[in-house]
Amino acid sequence: MTDAPLLDRIESRKLAIYGSLLVLPSVFMLSLFAFWPTVATLWASLFSKGTVRRPSQFVALDNYEYLFSDPSFWQVVTNNLIYAGVTIPVSIGLALGMALWANARIPARAMVRIAYFTPTMLPMVAAANLWLFFYTPDIGVLDRLFGVFGFSGVNWLGQPETALGSIIMVTIWKEAGFFMIFYLAALQTIPPDLKEAALIEGAGRWTYFRRILLPLLMPTTLFVMVNALINSVKLIDHLFILTKGGPDNASKLILYWIWEMAFSYFDRPSAAAMTVLVLIVLGLLAVLQFAVLERRIHYR
Amino acid sequence: MTDIVTARPATGAFAGRALLTLDALGAILLALIWIAPLVFAVWAAFHTPQGALSFDLSAPVTLENFRTAWEGAPWPRYFLNTTLLVTVILAGQLFFCTLTGYAFARFRFPGSDALFMLVLLQLFILPEVLIVENYAMVSRLGLFDTVLGIGAPYMASAFGIFLLRQAFKGVPRELEEAARVEGCGWTGVLWRVYIPAAKPVYLAYALVSIATHWNNFLWPLVVTNSNETRPLTVGLSLFAAPESGVNIAVISAATLFTIAPLMVAFLLFQRQFIQAFLRAGIR
Repeated sequence: MTDAPLLDRIESRKLAIYGSLLVLPSVFMLSLFAFWPTVATLWASLFSKGTVRRPSQFVALDNYEYLFSDPSFWQVVTNNLIYAGVTIPVSIGLALGMALWANARIPARAMVRIAYFTPTMLPMVAAANLWLFFYTPDIGVLDRLFGVFGFSGVNWLGQPETALGSIIMVTIWKEAGFFMIFYLAALQTIPPDLKEAALIEGAGRWTYFRRILLPLLMPTTLFVMVNALINSVKLIDHLFILTKGGPDNASKLILYWIWEMAFSYFDRPSAAAMTVLVLIVLGLLAVLQFAVLERRIHYR
Repeated sequence: MTDIVTARPATGAFAGRALLTLDALGAILLALIWIAPLVFAVWAAFHTPQGALSFDLSAPVTLENFRTAWEGAPWPRYFLNTTLLVTVILAGQLFFCTLTGYAFARFRFPGSDALFMLVLLQLFILPEVLIVENYAMVSRLGLFDTVLGIGAPYMASAFGIFLLRQAFKGVPRELEEAARVEGCGWTGVLWRVYIPAAKPVYLAYALVSIATHWNNFLWPLVVTNSNETRPLTVGLSLFAAPESGVNIAVISAATLFTIAPLMVAFLLFQRQFIQAFLRAGIR
């Protein structure tokens, strides 16, 4: 053994130590606010709710059983599935349309782009306040508008049939412009020769869109979709202003339910069990993203 | 197929132009719909409640709503809190994410790959979902109802770590070696080479972080309890709660001045904002 490799080894060990010291602060913070809370949630979901007379005890999966037998659990899950199932495709479709328009040669293009993107910059709470104006029964903008066509006033936020739909509208309004910018950027990387070539080949606008644009935008679509999926759990701020999950749970979403469980009803085990279920879904999503999508799509 | 090709020059050009105007109409119509809620808020804020809801264009303009709204809650305090909050979070994020991004970009150490995967997993484990346990943690640390308590869970952001790692990886090794030859230590290399090279990424990240946390609501709602720490979003939600009995014109006025700073910043720096969202989003 000569001196050089030994020095190399000492040097590389020093670098390894230096590197691990660099990650230490973040690992500490992530442990406090991500890793430990995850484990603690899992743990808390296995214990009963403690009362003064009966201290909390290990109940294994009872909380989950209780959750599954609770009709409002299924209602909230169904609501969230509908919420995701509508907001994701609609806002992505709108985003694509907006991007195509914002990228086309039209008058007032800059203004149009700003109009699409502005909702993204608003706090969701403020957005909800603005939408109150539209949804107020009888005197709100929507009822006025429909009143012109002879429809009578609808209590948009106050009746189970329309409450969730009203929440969904606000989300779509908020999200479409955000997703638009990703499409806009992707569109601008597509060389214009492609369109010319397609037109010379005799492809119509629709064929060009379907056969050339859509496949080329696929990585963007998948990226946006993952974001939209995460947001469908995360975006609930407007519930606090508009419906508070009501009427009769009709517009309640999972995260709002967790919040209510934990901080209004102090039912920590149920909140924990629900959180674990959400974490499992998000974890599966993560695995899917890393394992399948990363291999097929090349992100720069 | 061939007849379409031969027919193309005449009808193609014509159809192209017709569709263009249809496109323009559709685009502008959608833009008007999209901006309508904001326009109505502005309309309402400057009119009496009766005038606002009658949509009578001749209704008198008034600033009374702004005065009533401003006096209805400690807004200067909320503004200060939000400003403090975004500053504290950004400072924390820059510190934690820079060090960790640098480590993952340039150093190999036992378990670094596994650790990196774990960090990436946090992209999906949202702090929002962990509110209950994070609340317990913040209380345990004695940070309940403090600005630091609102900010702490967001500081070691997986997103920021990932973004900066990518940026640092893109820096040519030659620059680093040159600095090493000049006698820079590893900290010096980070400070003199990597951070300056990643300036655009820092700017983008900062803008996205400020916009995100200026607008954040649920977590601050959970972890604040007093006007001394509440950010604007939480203050606004309390102000606009039906129980407070405020009319919609006043709510509009309050909403407008809470969103004003960020909106003005956005209108002034829209290119930078949009670039920032793009740069931070496309990975």
